[in-house]
Amino acid sequence: MADLLGKDYAPPDVYGKVTGRAKYAEDFRMDGMLFCRLLKSPMPHCRVRGVDASAALAMEGVVAILRADEVPEQAGPANNILTDEPHFVGEPILAVAAVTETIAQNAIEAIVLDLEPLPFCVDPLESLRPDGPNARTDGNTVSSGEVQEHKWTEADFEAAGEGQLPMGEPGAEWSYGDIDAGFAEASIILDETFVTAGTSHHSMEPRTAMAYWENGKCYLHASTQSQSFVHPGIAAYIGIEPENLVYIAEYCGGGFGSKGGPYPLLSIPAHMSRKVQRPVLMRISRAEEYFLGSARPGFQGRIKMGFRDDGRITAVDVYIVQENGPNQGGGDMGAAASAISIVYTPLNMRYRGMSVLTNTPPRGAQRGPGQNQIATAVEPLIDKAAKQLGLDQVAIRHINAPTHDSLYGGNRGPITSAYMREALEQGAERFGWEERRARSGQREGSKVRGVGVGQAFHSAGSSGFDGLLVITPEGKLNIHSGVGNLGTYSYATTSRVAAEVLKCRWENCEIVRGDSSRGLPWTLGQFGSNTSFTMTRTNFAAANDAVRKLKEIAARRLGGSATDYDIGNETVFARGNPSRRLTYAQAAQAAIEMGGAYSGHEPPEDINALTRRAVEVVAGTGLVGVARDNLERNGMVPALAAGFVEIELDLETGRIEILDYLGVADCGTVLHPQGLATQIKGGGVMGFGMAVSERHVYDRHWGLPAAVGFYQAKPPSYLDVPSEMDWHAVDQPDPGNPVGSKGIGEPVMGCSGAALLCAISDALGGHYFNRTPVMADMIINVASERSQSHGPLQVNTQ
Amino acid sequence: MMKDMMSGFELYQPADVDDALQLIERYGRRGWKLAGGYDSLDWFKNRGKGPDAVIDLEGLDALKGVRETADGVEIGALTTLTEVERSPLLRDRYGLLADAARRVASPQIRNAGTLGGNVCQDTRCWYYRYGVNCYRAGGNTCYAAAPDAMNREHALFGASRCVAVTPSDTAPALVALDAEMVVRNTSGEHVIPAEEFFMSPSVDIQRMTVLDPGDLLTSIRLPASWANADFYFEKVADRNSWDFALVSVAAAFKTSGGQIDEASVVCGAVQCIPRRLREVEAMLLGRTRDEETASLAGAEAIRDADPLDYNHFKIPLMENLVKRAVRSEAAVSG
Repeated sequence: MADLLGKDYAPPDVYGKVTGRAKYAEDFRMDGMLFCRLLKSPMPHCRVRGVDASAALAMEGVVAILRADEVPEQAGPANNILTDEPHFVGEPILAVAAVTETIAQNAIEAIVLDLEPLPFCVDPLESLRPDGPNARTDGNTVSSGEVQEHKWTEADFEAAGEGQLPMGEPGAEWSYGDIDAGFAEASIILDETFVTAGTSHHSMEPRTAMAYWENGKCYLHASTQSQSFVHPGIAAYIGIEPENLVYIAEYCGGGFGSKGGPYPLLSIPAHMSRKVQRPVLMRISRAEEYFLGSARPGFQGRIKMGFRDDGRITAVDVYIVQENGPNQGGGDMGAAASAISIVYTPLNMRYRGMSVLTNTPPRGAQRGPGQNQIATAVEPLIDKAAKQLGLDQVAIRHINAPTHDSLYGGNRGPITSAYMREALEQGAERFGWEERRARSGQREGSKVRGVGVGQAFHSAGSSGFDGLLVITPEGKLNIHSGVGNLGTYSYATTSRVAAEVLKCRWENCEIVRGDSSRGLPWTLGQFGSNTSFTMTRTNFAAANDAVRKLKEIAARRLGGSATDYDIGNETVFARGNPSRRLTYAQAAQAAIEMGGAYSGHEPPEDINALTRRAVEVVAGTGLVGVARDNLERNGMVPALAAGFVEIELDLETGRIEILDYLGVADCGTVLHPQGLATQIKGGGVMGFGMAVSERHVYDRHWGLPAAVGFYQAKPPSYLDVPSEMDWHAVDQPDPGNPVGSKGIGEPVMGCSGAALLCAISDALGGHYFNRTPVMADMIINVASERSQSHGPLQVNTQ
Repeated sequence: MMKDMMSGFELYQPADVDDALQLIERYGRRGWKLAGGYDSLDWFKNRGKGPDAVIDLEGLDALKGVRETADGVEIGALTTLTEVERSPLLRDRYGLLADAARRVASPQIRNAGTLGGNVCQDTRCWYYRYGVNCYRAGGNTCYAAAPDAMNREHALFGASRCVAVTPSDTAPALVALDAEMVVRNTSGEHVIPAEEFFMSPSVDIQRMTVLDPGDLLTSIRLPASWANADFYFEKVADRNSWDFALVSVAAAFKTSGGQIDEASVVCGAVQCIPRRLREVEAMLLGRTRDEETASLAGAEAIRDADPLDYNHFKIPLMENLVKRAVRSEAAVSG
């Protein structure tokens, strides 16, 4: 019987994944299917003056070519489907369909392009110089979603000290309090310039898609984190109404933010299929992902922080120049500033930012977009201040940590709950911080010990979306999930809330998902650490709607009023006389007979149009529970995490061995311990990669990317991290959620990366790199008292 | 790089070495010898190399396994790196090579990758692999040595129009062990010292070894003279798995009465060929393996190093690795 939350279970798609039976977009085949390959730009920025495809089209097995003028044009700076003015190496110019992939690629080799090279840029600061190149012909920055041209003056550049970030006119800014007064109150002030790399997303499944058309509807198999949330956008890319799209995305081999929303590439096989009237599969390879996939925006930043003697931060003044790729990119810089406002709760703060376009892969949200870059940049500087003030690294974080009444961002909005102090306290205790800190700096031969603690944050919940479920005449509970299946299993865990409310056995439930034709409600996408908070609420709302209907049906059939009835053992029964009851199966049959709202024929008015269509699909099949989440939410929902790490660093080789890691989560009430543990550890590994191994390297002269394979881009492997890692959760309920839950996926990455960088600086006796990643060569240079090869503000070098 | 889709080719899968040699001769430069495939398939997918015929050597069982001979051991060129790593004979007598094999790529790659393939693989210079028309690719410039070039992984020594480095982990160990490379073609068999097997760009910029198109590396012999010597191998890379060396060192020592009688010290990833440190070896003779000797050896090792814009860290790293090799009594693997 129910009581499902907080317990481990095997999510239903686990079996398909471990046995290989799970079908990803690439695994589908149709009779008569063609393969489509992309001709991609060899240049970082150019104009296509001419295309001679005559030889290609004459090849046996080549069926069609699709050009940019045959697909919906995307208004700049949106990402293109196909384009005749590519803005990055690898941007698709045209597509070729043929009977085999080899023939399609042979045809692409036979196409003669006439390209006009255009100016390009891979370093934001270079673009901001008065005579610097622009990444786009219409400008070099994005502000408020529009391409603009911003140039700083020579005086702006000269005003910055050697190696310090110049700070010209910003494209975005906010502030609160009085930073001058805050700095005046400070005992010490740090003014530091930093650089964070913009790393690739490294999703294991490339963005492959297969499409065909039947009776005016487009059937599309693709790889996205989200299901319903991407549906309208994909339909728009294809140029059809959402009701004419059947979108199938049962599994997703990782997205890390890059597949959270719709992306234009997946519409190419749909367009090609419409043109050739045959199914079309477009497989994207691992190597291609590095070009036309996406990456996290990089930062060139400067932060000034004032600290009191007790470590309290009196003022922060931060300026972030964001390397945004050539298009819309991400809002990382603003998110980073907001993260500072809540993780350190500075008494006064100013943020300024400039999002600069570069001819590098399109940028987009990557796990902790903004929050995690800033965690890796700022956390070591918190240690620097602690060292100067003679404070413990945990203590200085504790005094600045948010509490429930802390305010968020430039708007100073409220938050729902914050248990960072508890996370730090419990983590320090569990990790044996004091004991390990005492070992810090110990030498054994060339190896030296270091410890670090890191913190990170992400807003982790939304509201106002829809829930849908059906109790069938067989007595089963079908929980319809539109959230998507990124791989965290939160689609399943949040569905258990519906089972819990309806007191259903989990074995008696089916999660209906992965195929829009099955009737999936409108929900937020599976991104932004929000699923656990947002979709527990929608399932709670739909389940309560079903409970209300069960009681009403029982009253209508068995007499009395709805308030006389209760539910239990998958029955609805009279409280005073439990033998007066309907089984859920009987109630579902009654709902069908009664019609109206009970059977889904009269859905509520306030649900989304997409949910309304989903209800039409299930109407008449049972008792339909459907509701918009109208529960109260008073504030931003903070997911907070703290990481603790101990390392051994070899001063002769620059190699780091991570001896132990503990990740601690403030994610509200724990819903699924095993899933949470996996998030904390997996996020931990990803954070280690961000901190010390993942590379994003460009030749600035040619604008060519160097890290275009796993072995070049270097995400961590199993052999680079401890085989055992520890985890812990504060496990305190969030008052904004009916089951106390909030998300956690993103900050568990930032805290580990930050902790590792802090441990490296600790092992090096307080050398701060002000840069990620910190690679072996940089450590060797410090240990052998050599200068670094890169300049302090140089990007895309590591 | 972005093509990532193989062209068609004729595939031959001979089961007999003579048949393979006939095919290799017949196709010459238009043919391609395929062993484990981890280098080859990348080239094919990127369409950087497009042979008419691929001669898959997998069926040549005669070229697999580790055999004891009158003067040491002979390792078939198609022996997998996992077998090299785990061979009791090699672990017992030539731990240097077993340790080097253990640090190649990843466990999965070592299960298919071969010793012959590991020493014959092409350089990993990212510009060359990307497909730019550099000297090594037949063009007339070196992108990696240009101003602003990203050359963190490139050479400290021996640059000659090309600054790429040897990517092989086992090659420095084989040179240090004075291995002999047994090469066959349809005319017969010849034996090449490992130290002379690798090709400097100053001699032929488009080849990594002295093998001619008609040649097949069939086996590698390790002489008994270095069996059970004191060995040291260490590879430093950014990751512990699936990564190429930033610098590696392979060293062998024979000592008596605390003094070094013979030494062999070779570094990988600092030059286009495994760099044998003859001057270091000479100065080690008669010395004890202590910190002072290690420091002298380290300093000697990096003499004449000529760094590029982004790789000067390799100088202290190489110095440190040579010092570690000299001062260590125990074989340590990175």
